[in-house]
Amino acid sequence: MVMIPKIKVNIDGKTIEVDKGKTILQAANSTGIRIPTLCHDSRLEPFAACRVCMVEVERGTSTALVTSCNTEIADGMVIRTDSEKVLKTRKMVLELILSDHPRDCMTCEKCGSCELQDLAYQYGVRESQFFEEPDGGIIEDENPVIQHDTSKCILCGRCVRICAEVQQDYAIDFKNRGFETQTGTPFGKPRRDTTCVLCGQCVSTCPVGSLVEKQAVGMGREWDFKQVKTTCAYCGVGCTMYLNVKGNRVVKVTSKAGSVPNDGNLCVKGRFGYDFIHHPDRLKHPLIKKNGKLEEATWDEALNLVAGKLGEIKAKHGPDNIGVFSSSRCTNEENYLAMKFTRAAIGTNNVDQCART
Amino acid sequence: MTNSIAEIKDCKLIFLIGGNPTEAHPIVGLEMKKALRKGCTFIVADPRQIWFAQHAKLYLPVRPGSDNWLLNAMAHIIIAEGLENKEFIKTRTEGFEELKSFVKNITPEKAEEFTGIPAEDIRQAARLYAKSEKSAIFYTLGITEHTCGTDNVRTIANLALLTGHIGKSSTGVNPIRGQNNVQGATDMGALPDRMHGYQYLSDPAVVEKFEKAWGIKLPRTQGITSPTMFERMNKNQFKALYVIGEDPVMSEPNQNYTINGLKNLEFLVVQDIFLSETAKYADVVLPATSFAEKDGTFTNTERRVQRVRKAVNPIGNTKPDWQIICELSNRMGYKMDYPSPKEVYDEIASLAPVFAGINYARIESNGIQWPCPDTKHPGTKFLHEGKFTRGLGKFFVLPYRAPAESPDKQYPLLLTTGRTLYHYNAGTMTRRSAGIIHKTNDCFVEIHQSDAGELGVFDGEMVKIATRRGEITARAEVSEKVKKGVIWIPMHFVEAAVNKLTKDAYDNITQTAEYKVCGAKIEKI
Ligand code: SF4
Ligand code: SF4
Ligand code: SF4
Ligand code: FES
Repeated sequence: MVMIPKIKVNIDGKTIEVDKGKTILQAANSTGIRIPTLCHDSRLEPFAACRVCMVEVERGTSTALVTSCNTEIADGMVIRTDSEKVLKTRKMVLELILSDHPRDCMTCEKCGSCELQDLAYQYGVRESQFFEEPDGGIIEDENPVIQHDTSKCILCGRCVRICAEVQQDYAIDFKNRGFETQTGTPFGKPRRDTTCVLCGQCVSTCPVGSLVEKQAVGMGREWDFKQVKTTCAYCGVGCTMYLNVKGNRVVKVTSKAGSVPNDGNLCVKGRFGYDFIHHPDRLKHPLIKKNGKLEEATWDEALNLVAGKLGEIKAKHGPDNIGVFSSSRCTNEENYLAMKFTRAAIGTNNVDQCART
Repeated sequence: MTNSIAEIKDCKLIFLIGGNPTEAHPIVGLEMKKALRKGCTFIVADPRQIWFAQHAKLYLPVRPGSDNWLLNAMAHIIIAEGLENKEFIKTRTEGFEELKSFVKNITPEKAEEFTGIPAEDIRQAARLYAKSEKSAIFYTLGITEHTCGTDNVRTIANLALLTGHIGKSSTGVNPIRGQNNVQGATDMGALPDRMHGYQYLSDPAVVEKFEKAWGIKLPRTQGITSPTMFERMNKNQFKALYVIGEDPVMSEPNQNYTINGLKNLEFLVVQDIFLSETAKYADVVLPATSFAEKDGTFTNTERRVQRVRKAVNPIGNTKPDWQIICELSNRMGYKMDYPSPKEVYDEIASLAPVFAGINYARIESNGIQWPCPDTKHPGTKFLHEGKFTRGLGKFFVLPYRAPAESPDKQYPLLLTTGRTLYHYNAGTMTRRSAGIIHKTNDCFVEIHQSDAGELGVFDGEMVKIATRRGEITARAEVSEKVKKGVIWIPMHFVEAAVNKLTKDAYDNITQTAEYKVCGAKIEKI
């Protein structure tokens, strides 16, 4: 193991030891001091675009405002995250961002989990002296899972960067310049015709309501959902994900930074492959074949028939004429019970998984 | 996997063979992309120009089924050029001399003939792999789904043993598991020769232990594998099958043979969430719940036992698999009574030393990687540190064995199969998800443009693909992505089930089917 040297810094009057090479933001977070951010995502390289994370650093006799997300700590650094100057500037920065942002929190999907809304609330930004009508709107795109409303975009670049840095798919980018700047696919092409793999990673990082899960539009806000932590049922990576449930329905799937082993990342199957849960084709009742046709039956009928028939075959032909396929779709507990059932209840070791992949 | 997913980003060299993580294991793919950004060198051996092939330092377009030549030739170079780790070989391995004299004749030039990879690139690959300070090999089904699958795995292990690239962080040999809980299903002893936790029936003490714990006399003869069951079904020598969550009609090779076998059964029970292709042949279908409707655990490819949690109530009149099995068992006179899956896990832990330290409370937040022998043990990040399970690491001398069926005059193309990013296995789940079918929802066959040219097939045209076992139609995707002479078809589409085409030939040890090679032809329609 390489030992990383520690250095001392002072944050808000508290002296702490931190690993060399960390940013001010990381150092502050490690001691529980929260610095607000908008363009920062721990999965991405610092970008320093929003300037919300500004802090004051002592430089000799004077002080300087620096963005904490991309400024590395130095030994002996004295930092203030809550000085008057910091708070004033931060408020101004927020006003500027909000000047170009629609004020329709009441109908926005992101209400309650929007990072901008939270900050506006925290810093009491109601009015913006710079207000103007925001441009853009919902981009038309046939894809059924990602909705992009450019009027809400704060140009934090998180979507562009996650697509480029983490996914390395380069499906979206900044377009135009100045007030006209937007994010989107090249030439506004439909996502289907780009390198976009519909992973929704851009949705997962968007701090505002610009990129949202289309299927969850109108289904409720953060506070309406019960978030159930579970493990993805598709591939062997086993990503940790949260099923967002309302009523008895999975409305969307999300993850969180720091989740093991995926650190908040999910692929298209994990994030958008959940419709099957509530699909009308789901089997809903036991079926028994009668005159060549599968017909609805009760559990008692079906289970008695299976137990009876397996018992009969076991008695007549011996247990080794019976086999059980368990599966990778089942939990460990179910696989264990399936093999126990085969061995103890049927009395054979003929248990296997087909497709041993 | 012998390493953990979190170690991937720190690898200095990744040798990826027979695996396409960006599509089949996307989040492992992301970790590899992290490594790539940090300057990790990639060597990619695959018949298709997959994402990582396009970003690799060295791309080796290997002909499916010839991996043995590539790997043995790499061993040849490592030894011939003195790049082996002599200290490691001396203290941790056995059988080096035998391997040395065997690979002496496996020159890169000979390998080039079989693999189609330029000899110089094989040399370069061996050098890069041997010399990097942290080399890790990753492989998946492209290596194992062959009649020589086990041989392939052992030939890969030879390389790691020769160079000592094993048993350290970010350094090792890593199969990536395909399906979500295939690791768990194997760990749990859903296999004919062992109980859970790799406790083999060949050891009488194991059987006695379970007889005592379960309070019943147990069968001592090893059971039969699924391919053997299908063989007996086809001979009318097997009576009943209970299929839980599998769809063999779609997933087993040679679909006609599978269906024929199932039809011969006296009694077939299928337990699933949809009326699968297999369920159509069932006498009784039992409706199970999906993962969202039940509690339990899955074990991922890095051996991490993680919680599955119930989010919604069972849809309709369905029940979780565990409950159905218990109710059946009770009706058959063997009592199974568990209030919840948690108690089942406690029993699992109590009967297998490798899981002994795992319980629901301990895996509440993050999961634990087995082996985990007691409740103080933190779990095991990587295997084989300092010592192999079997003591010394053994070199295997494994000459090339040809696939069960190679292309010939009548079926001149080599058909290989695989997964795409958007779909999963037989597609029963993904094809019912709107976002996914938006991207791809029809079967296609990838063909090299020069082969297409000879056949007069255009990109996007529907074509017929036939083998000795059957035929399907699919849309031609003409490009240079797949190697000349090879065609590639994904496995997810019921209306063009590729397993109508694949051959029912199996690895001699694991009995994994050879989905990756058979002879095929393409015709215009
Ligand atoms: S969905 Fe994924 S690939 Fe598509 S733009 Fe977003 S991050 Fe990029
Ligand atoms: S769409 Fe969202 S993530 Fe992308 S730049 Fe705009 S606000 Fe940031
Ligand atoms: S989210 Fe994607 S990568 Fe992760 S476990 Fe699910 S299928 Fe695999
Ligand atoms: S979070 Fe630092 S500038 Fe945006």
